[in-house]
Amino acid sequence: MAAPLVLVLVVAVTVRAALFRSSLAEFISERVEVVSPLSSWKRVVEGLSLLDLGVSPYSGAVFHETPLIIYLFHFLIDYAELVFMITDALTAIALYFAIQDFNKVVFKKQKLLLELDQYAPDVAELIRTPMEMRYIPLKVALFYLLNPYTILSCVAKSTCAINNTLIAFFILTTIKGSAFLSAIFLALATYQSLYPLTLFVPGLLYLLQTRHINPNSAAAVHTCENEEQSLLDLFLGVCHDVCGKPSGNHLPLLLPSQLLGFHPRSLWLYINVFFYTIPLAIKLKEHPIFFMFIQIAVIAIFKSYPTVGDVALYMAFFPVWNHLYRFLRNIFVLTCIIIVCSLLFPVLWHLWIYAGSANSNFFYAITLTFNVGQILLISDYFYAFLRREYYLTHGLYLTAKDGTEAMLVLK
Amino acid sequence: MGLLSDPVRRRALARLVLRLNAPLCVLSYVAGIAWFLALVFPPLTQRTYMSENAMGSTMVEEQFAGGDRARAFARDFAAHRKKSGALPVAWLERTMRSVGLEVYTQSFSRKLPFPDETHERYMVSGTNVYGILRAPRAASTESLVLTVPCGSDSTNSQAVGLLLALAAHFRGQIYWAKDIVFLVTEHDLLGTEAWLEAYHDVNVTGMQSSPLQGRAGAIQAAVALELSSDVVTSLDVAVEGLNGQLPNLDLLNLFQTFCQKGGLLCTLQGKLQPEDWTSLDGPLQGLQTLLLMVLRQASGRPHGSHGLFLRYRVEALTLRGINSFRQYKYDLVAVGKALEGMFRKLNHLLERLHQSFFLYLLPGLSRFVSIGLYMPAVGFLLLVLGLKALELWMQLHEAGMGLEEPGGAPGPSVPLPPSQGVGLASLVAPLLISQAMGLALYVLPVLGQHVATQHFPVAEAEAVVLTLLAIYAAGLALPHNTHRPLSYRVVSTQAPDRGWMALKLVALIYLALQLGCIALTNFSLGFLLATTMVPTAALAKPHGPRTLYAALLVLTSPAATLLGSLFLWRELQEAPLSLAEGWQLFLAALAQGVLEHHTYGALLFPLLSLGLYPCWLLFWNVLFWK
Repeated sequence: MAAPLVLVLVVAVTVRAALFRSSLAEFISERVEVVSPLSSWKRVVEGLSLLDLGVSPYSGAVFHETPLIIYLFHFLIDYAELVFMITDALTAIALYFAIQDFNKVVFKKQKLLLELDQYAPDVAELIRTPMEMRYIPLKVALFYLLNPYTILSCVAKSTCAINNTLIAFFILTTIKGSAFLSAIFLALATYQSLYPLTLFVPGLLYLLQTRHINPNSAAAVHTCENEEQSLLDLFLGVCHDVCGKPSGNHLPLLLPSQLLGFHPRSLWLYINVFFYTIPLAIKLKEHPIFFMFIQIAVIAIFKSYPTVGDVALYMAFFPVWNHLYRFLRNIFVLTCIIIVCSLLFPVLWHLWIYAGSANSNFFYAITLTFNVGQILLISDYFYAFLRREYYLTHGLYLTAKDGTEAMLVLK
Repeated sequence: MGLLSDPVRRRALARLVLRLNAPLCVLSYVAGIAWFLALVFPPLTQRTYMSENAMGSTMVEEQFAGGDRARAFARDFAAHRKKSGALPVAWLERTMRSVGLEVYTQSFSRKLPFPDETHERYMVSGTNVYGILRAPRAASTESLVLTVPCGSDSTNSQAVGLLLALAAHFRGQIYWAKDIVFLVTEHDLLGTEAWLEAYHDVNVTGMQSSPLQGRAGAIQAAVALELSSDVVTSLDVAVEGLNGQLPNLDLLNLFQTFCQKGGLLCTLQGKLQPEDWTSLDGPLQGLQTLLLMVLRQASGRPHGSHGLFLRYRVEALTLRGINSFRQYKYDLVAVGKALEGMFRKLNHLLERLHQSFFLYLLPGLSRFVSIGLYMPAVGFLLLVLGLKALELWMQLHEAGMGLEEPGGAPGPSVPLPPSQGVGLASLVAPLLISQAMGLALYVLPVLGQHVATQHFPVAEAEAVVLTLLAIYAAGLALPHNTHRPLSYRVVSTQAPDRGWMALKLVALIYLALQLGCIALTNFSLGFLLATTMVPTAALAKPHGPRTLYAALLVLTSPAATLLGSLFLWRELQEAPLSLAEGWQLFLAALAQGVLEHHTYGALLFPLLSLGLYPCWLLFWNVLFWK
């Protein structure tokens, strides 16, 4: 199984290297959909040169990266292209192994439930087989590495790729069952952008359920929580010592956000990320990895300063939910919406900024449509998941009391 | 989305789309065309009005009286030009300095990708001369431009004369708050492009030029003047710029105001505007003007040197003096007064022109249609593609489900997406081949011109055009020969129709995307292509009267659309073409299209060759699917 993965990696690196050498790289790195003020490479370079001049990079309003990033690139600035290609490759490898393990767990669980006779009798066609699950990890790696969004994000050297890597490693270590490592990676990811904090809940749920932590002691939960908190504190502390400034863990709401919330009125949307965690935790407590997927998507949709790199991360998980395909209802329309919007971004941006014939409302409208498309897509997946679970326990061919085909109503 | 989440209503909607697909498509197409035709009738077309406050309420009194002076300048200029055979740079410099301007020159040179036979030029080098009138009331932060493009022939002398006379008159006034640049460019648009690039310190087209010595702040507006006779019967105004960009409507309103004030006859697309919009005649005449505008805008060419200013976000238009057989003629004083009035009002501007419309269509000089009203026309046309795509998707989806249910019992019932189930492999080959054809069409003609001239007895320009046509025609033969071995495997295992249906689905979405994006940036081009390509794209399938479909498809291919547009264009101008003339014009238009892409960055050629032609080949592929 390693050979196809290597092949995918080689193809992905070739595409990226070719794009880095082409004249497109500069154009892409200026695109507003690909980089945000928080993740733009230009600002990293600016921060580095400020640091070299002996000025604190945070003294102005330009640099928003974390101190660790700036120290990382202090040594690696000459190999930046290589670093970004490697981070992408690492993300894909982490996701590959994470999903491989996850599939084993899923299959074991399914076998257990089958033996316990928990499933309805006529759901044979819903049961997943090792055959169909065999290529899922590879598809996940493929979806991440060859997704145009990831490629654009990598070519633009958006630091969002690094955050994606941290989250991917967090998922990998969680699935492998290492509470300490997963806390480290979650703390690192949170330290960079705050929102991954919400992934703490699904991560904890998963660790508890796979019995890597003794579920009987409430202290274990507490320990885990404390561990992450103390690690986060540690990182913040390190940064404080190193640059005499608190971390970049701030939300500069001064600049307009690009993909969502171009409009000042949508400021309230930013905190939306945290609203969904508790309801999702209640509804999906049995399925922490699906919960994680939904939560990552929610972050990508509602975070301030989102870029296509964030979208690429949750899109990589689509192959994992291949079996939900038959329950997805609007996939065609929603795919079209997302493709159309992706193409209209540059067109409307051109009309607004260069041609001057359209105004910001055109662009704002299309960002909003893009997000509505994403929200509908995610809720479609969510509903499909719930429906499949329902069918598994209640039988696929349900009839109402009068013998006609029954209709499921989501309440 | 309540409609989509309720299964009952959803099923009803799906049934509606499936059962009534053909009538709905026809209805939507007819609605699109009808909407477009209805644009010229009064509720949809509105009267233009001045939005910019700074130009609307104030009155100016024109005092220009230098008609004799303008004619004398023009005579001198023509004589010097005849003597030297090129732009008389030294004379121009001397004269501009004598009327009190700050004079600078700029030399430029450009090797065209291949010889331009229409303008007879290949290695171009020339000099632009410009004089700046410094405003006594401001600090050179904003400016206006009056430009006269001079070509290789001896036209436009009167325009230079009028420019110089206006400069002399403007110099004596004290009210200027913006610098005024008087620009005379050589080799018409090439010179303008060189000057604009140097002024904004960019190089987007590979022009070599000397840097500018003098600048005058951000250009707020520009007027280009073309005038070749001492008297005019009317002034024609051109608004369409590079890639279909249009100036702010207020600039046109301004021109029209002064034409009315001075009693000048002015035309749009060479047509007088109808007086009476209430009866049927007025709108019909308006439709003719509107169609001419659509054709011109769709071509994406800069129609006059103002077209290049628009790219730099400078509102600009071209005024052309027409001298026809009408009885009543105006002298240069009348034209000069109109220009003086326009410049004085522009001088009042406090901000860039931004109040009025940027996206509009003009059925007459004082009537316009705004974007909100014309967009539904193209929306209806694109809806046809959407409906067809939805129908295909549902058919594919149902077929997928149908296959699955009888064979539900065996274990590996892989619920793959149907389009994936068809095998993306069978789609990849046609997609790649047609895209490669498009790339060849874009790159090869210019790249391979020298090879072609060595092996065939043709000139470079001819070689380019003939290679274009050859590759275009070769595309028809190539793809449907190569996909056969690939598709056999798939067809044998799946329902035979799924291959072409999936390909058509992809092609429909691809076409809709492209047309949508084009219509947003250049409505006319998008609408024109949608009108021709949409019906055959919706019809294309490998069953039924294939020869008829093939003929229709060829007739609506992008190149055939171009040929048809040329005939329609001349028909509307009341100068119909014969077939042979039409063909010659078509060849010239192809060469011009390629040249304009390389010299000014016009986007029509890459759009057609890299986007629409490959997409059209996909439909050709669907038609000959085996």
